[in-house]
Amino acid sequence: MIKLFLKIIKTSQNTIKVDEFDSDGIKFESLGKKTRSKITHLFGGSLAIRQIDAGSDNSAEQELVALSNTFYDLERFGIHFVASPKHADMLFVTGPVTRNMAEALRRAYEATPDPKIVVAVGDDAISGGIYKGSYAIVGAVSDVLPVDFSIPGDPPSPKVILGHLLRIMKELENQSFKKK
Amino acid sequence: MMIFIWMLQIILVPAISPLAIGLINKIKARLQNRRGASIFQPYKDIWKLLHKDEVVSRDASWIFYYAPYIVFTITLILAGSLPLFASFLNNIMTGDLLTIVYLIAFGTFFLALAGLDIGGAFGGFGSSREMTISALAEGGLIFSLLAVAINVGTSNLFEMSTLGFSFYDQHLLPTLLALAGFFVVLLAEAARFPFDNPATHLELTMVHEAMILEYSGKRLALMEWSAANKLICFIAIGANIFFPWGLATSVGVSVLILSLIIFILKIFIFCAVIALIESSMAKFRFFRLPDLLFISFILSVMAISLTQIL
Amino acid sequence: MLELAASSIGLVILIGLFTVGAVGSLFLRTDKPANVWSSFFAIIGSVWGILFASLVFFFNREIIFSLTSSIFPLLSFSFHIDKLASFFIFTISLIALFCSIYGAGYIKHFYKKYDIGAFGFFYHLFILGMISVVIAANALFFLLAWEMMSLASYFLVVYDRHDTHNVKAGFLYLVMTHVATAFIIVAFLLLYKFTGSFDFALIRSNAELIPLWLKNTVFVLTLIGFGTKAGIIPFHIWLPSAHPAAPSHVSALMSGVMIKTGIYMMIRIFLDLLQPVPAWWGLTLLVIGSVSSLLGVLYALTEHDIKKLLAYHSIENIGIILLGLGSALTFYSLGMPSFALLGLVAALFHTLNHATFKSLLFLSAGSVINQTHTRNMEDYGGLIRYMPQTAVFFLIGSMAISGLPPFNGFFSEWLTFQALFQGIMHFAMMEKSIFLLAAGALAFTGGLALACFVKAFGVIFLARPRTKEAANSQESAWSLRVGMASLAILCLLFGLFSGSLVSWFTRVANGLRIFQGINSFVSSPTNQILVADNNFASVSAAGILAFLLIVLVLVLLVFKYVIHRQQKIKVGATWDCGVDLTPRMEITATGFARSIILIFKGVLRPSIQREVEYHDSQTRYLPKTITVVSGINNVYQQYFYQPLSKNVIAFAQSVRKIQNGNVNLYILYIFIALIILLFFV
Repeated sequence: MIKLFLKIIKTSQNTIKVDEFDSDGIKFESLGKKTRSKITHLFGGSLAIRQIDAGSDNSAEQELVALSNTFYDLERFGIHFVASPKHADMLFVTGPVTRNMAEALRRAYEATPDPKIVVAVGDDAISGGIYKGSYAIVGAVSDVLPVDFSIPGDPPSPKVILGHLLRIMKELENQSFKKK
Repeated sequence: MMIFIWMLQIILVPAISPLAIGLINKIKARLQNRRGASIFQPYKDIWKLLHKDEVVSRDASWIFYYAPYIVFTITLILAGSLPLFASFLNNIMTGDLLTIVYLIAFGTFFLALAGLDIGGAFGGFGSSREMTISALAEGGLIFSLLAVAINVGTSNLFEMSTLGFSFYDQHLLPTLLALAGFFVVLLAEAARFPFDNPATHLELTMVHEAMILEYSGKRLALMEWSAANKLICFIAIGANIFFPWGLATSVGVSVLILSLIIFILKIFIFCAVIALIESSMAKFRFFRLPDLLFISFILSVMAISLTQIL
Repeated sequence: MLELAASSIGLVILIGLFTVGAVGSLFLRTDKPANVWSSFFAIIGSVWGILFASLVFFFNREIIFSLTSSIFPLLSFSFHIDKLASFFIFTISLIALFCSIYGAGYIKHFYKKYDIGAFGFFYHLFILGMISVVIAANALFFLLAWEMMSLASYFLVVYDRHDTHNVKAGFLYLVMTHVATAFIIVAFLLLYKFTGSFDFALIRSNAELIPLWLKNTVFVLTLIGFGTKAGIIPFHIWLPSAHPAAPSHVSALMSGVMIKTGIYMMIRIFLDLLQPVPAWWGLTLLVIGSVSSLLGVLYALTEHDIKKLLAYHSIENIGIILLGLGSALTFYSLGMPSFALLGLVAALFHTLNHATFKSLLFLSAGSVINQTHTRNMEDYGGLIRYMPQTAVFFLIGSMAISGLPPFNGFFSEWLTFQALFQGIMHFAMMEKSIFLLAAGALAFTGGLALACFVKAFGVIFLARPRTKEAANSQESAWSLRVGMASLAILCLLFGLFSGSLVSWFTRVANGLRIFQGINSFVSSPTNQILVADNNFASVSAAGILAFLLIVLVLVLLVFKYVIHRQQKIKVGATWDCGVDLTPRMEITATGFARSIILIFKGVLRPSIQREVEYHDSQTRYLPKTITVVSGINNVYQQYFYQPLSKNVIAFAQSVRKIQNGNVNLYILYIFIALIILLFFV
């Protein structure tokens, strides 16, 4: 065990800093009117995300897993993944919505308490991606649930996802400042 | 004055417990070479949860609705019955060793019933595992505290912390054995490694989280806060019964502030040890846990036998 | 007037009431009048019994009263009611009162199926038998009362005779109780030989004349005899079959009170009649108590028949009472009478508490069984919505039996722990290790009992109904609810006033000859706080309850009404990961206890048999059905009772060869017997 701790001490920290995101030109949809009134400055400090795989090919999930490693370190912004939609504020939906998962996706949405945000992660979720028009899918996530934000990319790299998340959280904070 | 300090104790524990959780997470993150969330993150989480709406299952009964309040109440009562920073207080009503153990069991009872109430697939086996661990941990808990109580001649926790100095010199080995037994029970009841992983997403590996999987909003905040309070209460027992230095023995503002600082330092040390343990081992397979709990019981029994021989 | 009631006249009235009830219901043949008559007299008789016992206790009376019968010179109908007997009469009457109130409504389910008059007759005889057992002062009279109690309870056990399991259970009970009575008879005969009398008073005064080897023999015989009635392991096998077979309020009486008569006689013989006794008796009782409590609760965890589960918990609680009794015996024999008083007070308090909460649990189980017509827990579920009050009563009973403050079970277990802790502190290595193991057994028993009742309450009342009968249940009739509610309130009150109760129990224990004038080690100075002397430990019942209520109200006010008042609660479906939840997805009782059963598999010996039926029997790739049968081997039947009964039958068959029908051989036997008698006598 001593060797383990020595190794930990010797390894240097390589978490990337936040400023690297500013010059990426990321675009995103803005908040719906309905959600704006409900969301106060709640989410500025803490965000619980539930990730739902509505029929994806796991490419987006791999990127999401990478978000919790030492390089990107999602937790330092107060964001963490949770195990149940009842604990979540935000739903990350990946993949096109297959027929078998449409009902499950709706139930997960209904089980999430208000106020909540739905984010479609990856091109598959936004528009069907490479599976668009397939017989096995119902459509994009916006055909099943009201989507508030989208993160484009096939799959989006962790840097892009993180950048979008930070912009979302800043927008939620700014909205509340505007309200005041 | 005594009432004021007593009420201060009851308010102190819920105020400090999210800080302890935040400390553990921060130390673990640093050991994993990350930056980690700030140590005040759990406060923000609880605040956010308190202001969210709830979604409650159709199958829930009054037990589901009221269990978080009952469990939180029990942790507050525990806070008022333990010596945290002042040993001149005395609570003869609820400060007895056995009363504390059975009050903890009371809280676990309602927590397990809440897990069973919804009729989902996860709550049931979460309750089953929690009751198994808690049933086997009771022996170790009672006996490790009994080892100290027999030495000191009283089983009131406040008096044990006052008189603690007198036995330490002669009975170092038995006290260390009892401390080892108690520490295992601390990890078991506070749902830490190697008994339970508080950050897991896989329901098959959950014990405590499986029971609170159906809660949301205010009730979830109360359940998570109660778990943090329970951790602080166990740390307080471990710190103030086995290392009873630094407790305020007289009423005086500077003495009290000093003893508060020492108490927070003790919490910091315990959190660091827990974080180190969590970073260096994996969660045990469920059927190895009873062996660990029986070892804790046997260590405490050995401690008691040794105290009367030496 | 009250003085008159607290004398032998009161006793005659008590016996008279139950006799009238018995005889009257035998002659009333129709259902409703028989029920009304028998319930009325049972209730009046129990109320009188409570009054009588309390008056005898508070007026410090000791009633000695006998009618000598001229036909049998050794048999005298003598009664002796000291404080211990009055306490037991109080307990019997208290539980009988609420069981009778409950029974008045419950028996309606047996109208037109069986003979209600016969039920009333045996019910009254049963209660009368129990009362006579605790007040008998002559060994032969005691045996008569004992037989009456056992036979009456046998007929009550097999009352529901259309179910063959009940008849078999009754037969097992009959055999076991008579084997136990045989041991008791031998013990009393031996005592008669050495003290010259069957009267308890004369045995007590001649106790010094009895040699030690005889005392030890009597100890073993009475332990087996009364232990079988009390239900200690390994003589308990009749309990889990007989208690579930009887109607629910009779099960409550049997489990709550009848097995305590075994404890009463143990206290009477070991602590009163045969003193002074060696210390190993107490240590043996401690070991037996630890084994009974641990094994009782482990077997309870394996059960999913609700009444069998409760019957095994009775075995566990008898183990706890024996822990208190054993520590009392040990302390007294080793010269520490005030600690002995502590142990006896703990045992008596737990007797009262167990009677209360066990009856409450059996009565609630009875109302559930009435509605769902099955005893199998796996067919219940979600009953908290259909039977909310029964659920609350069962919850209170579960909390009391698991020893959660502020209910009564916590305080008697606290006292038992204190007695064991004092033993750990004050003895040398050998006794200390036994006390240590006993305390360990008690600690684990408490935890495992809690797990078992989480399982019981959770599977029966929570989640969704698992069968249609469960979904169609309704709340029970008012008389059943009154009986259960009173017992639930008593559980809380006995816990709240445990300080006063402890001082009364000390007076009861001081009534025994060996404890006269001894100060107890536990005191309750303000009648609310229990303090084990030299301030080792203290607890306050009112303090705990007040603290709990105040903080709970504050927490509810703050979190419900102050923080985020405008929160909306939406009622939706259970989170089921997107699939439909069927009742089969809920946890089952078997599944809940599986972890603990596997942990203790060395003791419990679970067995699993799997049978797989394949679509393709040649290659066996595609299973069609899989049947799993899991069970617990009954080790006592396998290793103890079956070899024993096989050997006895084999021996009997070999002895039978003496009677081979040859007259000449019989004449030879007479001749040999004559020669032996002439030479040796």
